[in-house]
Amino acid sequence: MTILIKNGRLVDPASDRDERVDILIKGDSVEKIGKKLSGAGAERIIDAEGLVVAPGLIDVHTHLREPGFEWKETIRTGTMAAAKGGFTSVVCMANTDPVNDNKAVTEYIMERARAQGVVRVFPCGAVTKGLKGEDLSEMGEMHASGAVAISDDGKSVGNAQLFLKAMEYAHLFNLAIICHCEEETLSHGFVHEGHASLLSGLDPVPSLAEEIVARRDIALAAYVNSPVHLTHISTAGTVRIVREEKARFPKVTADTCPHYFTLTEEATLAYDTSTKVNPPLRSAADVAAIKEGLRDATIDMIATDHAPHDAISKDVEFNLASSGISGLETALALSLALVEEGVLDLKSLLRKMTANPARLLNLPFGQVVAGAPADLIIFSDKAEWTVDKDAFLSKGKNTPFHGMKVRGKNLMTIVAGRIVYTDPEFK
Amino acid sequence: MERVLLDEKSVERSIIRITHEILEKNQGSKNLSLIGIRTRGIFLAKRIREKISQIENREMPVGVLDITMYRDDIGMLKTPEVKKTDIPFTVNGMTIVLVDDVLHTGRTIRAAIDAIMDLGRPARIQLAVLVDRGLRELPIQPNYTGILYTAAPEEEVSVKLREIDGKDEVVLSTST
Amino acid sequence: MNWIHKDLLGVRDLSREEILFLLDTADSFRDISRRDIKKVPTLRGKTIITLFYEPSTRTRVSFEIAAKRLSADTINISTSSSSVVKGETLSDMGRNLQSMRPDVIVIRHNMPGAPHLLSKILDCSIINAGDGAHEHPTQALLDLFTMREKKETLDGLKIAIVGDIAHSRVARSNIFALKKFNTEITCCAPPTMIPPGLEELGVSVTDRLGEAVVDKDVIMMLRIQKERGGTSYIPSIREYSSFYCLSEEHVGLARKDVIIMHPGPMNRGVEISDRVADGAFSVILDQVENGVAVRMAVLYLLSGGES
Repeated sequence: MTILIKNGRLVDPASDRDERVDILIKGDSVEKIGKKLSGAGAERIIDAEGLVVAPGLIDVHTHLREPGFEWKETIRTGTMAAAKGGFTSVVCMANTDPVNDNKAVTEYIMERARAQGVVRVFPCGAVTKGLKGEDLSEMGEMHASGAVAISDDGKSVGNAQLFLKAMEYAHLFNLAIICHCEEETLSHGFVHEGHASLLSGLDPVPSLAEEIVARRDIALAAYVNSPVHLTHISTAGTVRIVREEKARFPKVTADTCPHYFTLTEEATLAYDTSTKVNPPLRSAADVAAIKEGLRDATIDMIATDHAPHDAISKDVEFNLASSGISGLETALALSLALVEEGVLDLKSLLRKMTANPARLLNLPFGQVVAGAPADLIIFSDKAEWTVDKDAFLSKGKNTPFHGMKVRGKNLMTIVAGRIVYTDPEFK
Repeated sequence: MERVLLDEKSVERSIIRITHEILEKNQGSKNLSLIGIRTRGIFLAKRIREKISQIENREMPVGVLDITMYRDDIGMLKTPEVKKTDIPFTVNGMTIVLVDDVLHTGRTIRAAIDAIMDLGRPARIQLAVLVDRGLRELPIQPNYTGILYTAAPEEEVSVKLREIDGKDEVVLSTST
Repeated sequence: MNWIHKDLLGVRDLSREEILFLLDTADSFRDISRRDIKKVPTLRGKTIITLFYEPSTRTRVSFEIAAKRLSADTINISTSSSSVVKGETLSDMGRNLQSMRPDVIVIRHNMPGAPHLLSKILDCSIINAGDGAHEHPTQALLDLFTMREKKETLDGLKIAIVGDIAHSRVARSNIFALKKFNTEITCCAPPTMIPPGLEELGVSVTDRLGEAVVDKDVIMMLRIQKERGGTSYIPSIREYSSFYCLSEEHVGLARKDVIIMHPGPMNRGVEISDRVADGAFSVILDQVENGVAVRMAVLYLLSGGES
């Protein structure tokens, strides 16, 4: 199919472009970018006047829950939510059931994604078998089946020696190493150790629990000269550590999630389980440091850590509630708020959600240039809307942003030249 | 629109008369005690006690009763404020004279009687009111009355006492 | 004053005026417990359910007596004897109870926020009888009632709170409530039991009992949970008591008219010596009596008005 997108403002960080141009898509790639392109022969002509055209967003951290937890999400519903949110590629974490620690599960995920998925799915395999932290998983075979990264996300790899060997071994396959930084013995709590926990009486987790593992993981990686990526960083201390270490060892990268720059620990005072997330929501000072980290490029990417849960697992006491926020459908709007606040300009923001993730994962996506795969989104950075969890395409309605007025809405998502999502009010 | 039913001097005269009636009916003040119902009943009870002590040369005990816990309409109001009840004597075997400013539906007195019964077993309970304004909803009658005035439902009878309102007066008002 | 709160989830939600109003109301109710007929018809026909997920005899009995003295009907549910054992969630329990139209549910739970969860689901009044380490509002109210009665006013008091502050809902509630008055509070515990940043609540902190009690009007001892001994908090109960057990010597360092308080049940010889517990300065038994009066006042204010 041939599609012409005209009159849009193309912001493509990879080619450093921010201008009003037309884009012609033919088949599964971008054919031509230029001014006043002809629409002759195009089956679809889309007028993007007043809208932004960008590379499809890439999420380095999503939970699709399949296999094993299909009542919380499936590859189909998760990718539909991704498409709505403007994501054309997602990396899905290994804490499924069975755990994705071997090629059979990896192939299962790839196959389900091919058959049912609406956007591109790239599995992240486990570092250790069963996520038990004892034995290395079969990374090579997982890579051959399509895995792009390894992570024991949900937890850290407690055994330093094992993680060191994992990093060395992963080097064979160029797998990205994604670190969930959490010292288990320090994190027997449910909220940030700070003023809010003093008031609410909820068991607290100090920032220290994240920071000491962040330092450790970077030290391990530096020792074997391996790239290392810290995911969902949330504290001022971790930002400082990444900033310091990057100066010495540039192979460190990091991502944060929208809730860590939008909400503080105060949100937990009413015991609303939709605010329960791991790492927990932090203090105002941490939020400010995260924004500064985004601004000065210490933090390279914004990921969602999309963690859909069924209503029952959140309709319990705070201590017992599952952790996680269903974030694919709100990420873009919450991230655009950073542009509004002056923390980032639009191109820098989009770089953190397109070109940078693509580079980490070694994927030929995240850019809009002639010849590249046609993964694009068209969004309005001005449209105001109210978050409605019941309208989510994800099965996970667990969001603390329900009812919040936000600005910035994805209107159309194109993957490999096919339109996979259109906002009902667009055209 | 207001009309004075009893002026200052008339209030005083009523209290004097009520006092004498109490003493006459009970043949003195032996085994007699007064319990005033919050708020203005308390001041009336104290005045009656003053006069009795002048006449009989005896100090009489006066109790203070808050009937909030015994009201029959609690579920229909904003929670009414509970104040202290202070009855520093035993009611067993006593003649209790309940004192209130206005008798209207009778529900307050019903509650007061229940409250006193929970404190013990009085020999008898009598009722003294400054104004009986009629329109009873329960079969309750005063033994001693200052003035009887059957007011219409939309009329309001209010008692002012100098201890709390600055002057003694019984006023009838109609909302027009 | 018009009481506007449907629930009592924490004293932190109450204003200074509301606390004083509640204490004044409790004063009137205390007389009921001291006369022959310990009953008034005030809450006649109301249904009050106590839902206790944590064992507690004294608090539950205190609420039950308070409710019965107000002529309400009471039902007691405790975890061991109910469907909770079968795995029913708190939300489901709440919804089931709602169908039976109770007027008040008094809940004790070992996790913070449990009463708040019920409050979202249920229309009736919810009273927090202790939720994890968060709050135990009626305990703080009866503690304040006792202090006010013995000291005539709450403003100007110097109070020491001693014990496992980090895990104590009694400590939190008392700190929240007392800071609404002009008070000086010193918290004392081994460093492992002081939550970081506690000073932000307006209290001073020390780990020496001998320092904490100096010149105080009130010394409040908290129960040390035996489960904390031999862990990363304290090496043993024995060592804890050798440094933090309130003795007569300590009491001598406080003001001459100091009062000694304890929420109960006491671990005699662990956090408080026998002689202090039973001594002249102890008001521990007054606290228990006042607890019934305060709970009567709370039940009255929450459920006595128009629904």
